Amino acid sequence: MSPVIEELSKEKIREIIAKRAAKEFKEGDVVTLGIGLPTAVADYVPESKHILFQSENGLLGVGKTLSPEEADPRIINAGGGYVDIKQGACFYDAQMAFTLMRGGHIDATVLGALQVDQDGSLASWMIPGKFVPGMGGSMDLIVGAKKVIVAMEHISKGQIKILDKCTLPLTAYKEVDLIITERCVFEVGPSGLILTEINPMFSISDIKATVSANFVVSHNLKYMET
Amino acid sequence: MKKILSAKDAVKLIKDNATIMIGGFLSCGTPNELIDALVEQKTKNLTLISNDTSFPNTDRGKLIENKMVKKVITSHIGTNPETGRQLHAGELDVELVPMGTLFEQIRSKGAGLGGVLTPTGVNTFIEENKKTVEIDGKKYIFDKSLGADVALIYGTKVDKFGNISYFGTTRNCNTVMATAAETVIVQADELVETLDPNEIIVPGVFVDYIVVRENNK
Repeated sequence: MSPVIEELSKEKIREIIAKRAAKEFKEGDVVTLGIGLPTAVADYVPESKHILFQSENGLLGVGKTLSPEEADPRIINAGGGYVDIKQGACFYDAQMAFTLMRGGHIDATVLGALQVDQDGSLASWMIPGKFVPGMGGSMDLIVGAKKVIVAMEHISKGQIKILDKCTLPLTAYKEVDLIITERCVFEVGPSGLILTEINPMFSISDIKATVSANFVVSHNLKYMET
Repeated sequence: MKKILSAKDAVKLIKDNATIMIGGFLSCGTPNELIDALVEQKTKNLTLISNDTSFPNTDRGKLIENKMVKKVITSHIGTNPETGRQLHAGELDVELVPMGTLFEQIRSKGAGLGGVLTPTGVNTFIEENKKTVEIDGKKYIFDKSLGADVALIYGTKVDKFGNISYFGTTRNCNTVMATAAETVIVQADELVETLDPNEIIVPGVFVDYIVVRENNK
């Protein structure tokens, strides 16, 4: 019987990626999460760990998501969602938000991407002629954050997303430190990608077949929690 | 004491072809009644500077929907498909600027500077046609300061001297925009005699006119 790769549901993919990304934070870290999948990372940080989530519209200490009925519309996150605030939270203006972000005061950021390459460059803000949402605060955040983590689905609609060189317009050049997908984890080293973790459902040759970047396998390769 | 106007009279200060800044992050901290009055006035060929173009036919999005804007300088249009549609149809000029750069361009205008040097966008598409400067071995992009004829901003509590305080995340880019326009009009949720000087976020000296929100639900 040949091994059959079980199809992962969208929910399971989200869970594997978010759970893994949440492990990157240290006690006391100031973290900014991107919109979409990265937002789910907050759900996997244990209550006991004191992490301050930052939102570029002017809030440090983002709490849980609220329904419109229980929310005050004067408190939102950067995606426009209504949120609660944590003890120790503070509000500030746009200029202070970007002083935090660009100025190197954010410990880690988790963002999605359309493409990432072996140099640590990423593309996430436009597909020319098709999809032009704009970069928002992502470019400032990525150049400023101490640790840049890309959390994304391994492939999208059959398209390979981890490349030797991004083909879409870049969001940032050589800034990514870690790439987390539902199938594996890559560190971006000085001379390219290092495969450090793998989902036990997949083999190294599965990973090779689904990235078009060069990578080395870490001597200390571990299994991801699934 | 600042002059208090109706929204309708306040927007008369905005003429066709004007460059305007409007505060707000999506629908939070937006001077919505000033925008409604501007829509009613049918002002044309505006250049709009704002964080985003909000949602379809919602606050700043109404200016897009009613085709009152010829150019928008902003960081994000993804929440308003109509902005994207007008861009792709060649009906609207959209200049996308990284959010932090946009706010610093506005801040530098208000602070009397010629512009800013930022690492944001280095070695990307953003760098094209821009001056770059190397400082201590690191490359920076030069971005010019950015001002407007009129700024429409939001305030939660405003006193008769024009001093503004904010609740929650409503302050966003209202604070920098207050410093960078010839004429600044604030829409207040509430007008009070005097604010506690300790709670003032924007000093009243930047504000020219106050409009008190009518629909205080």
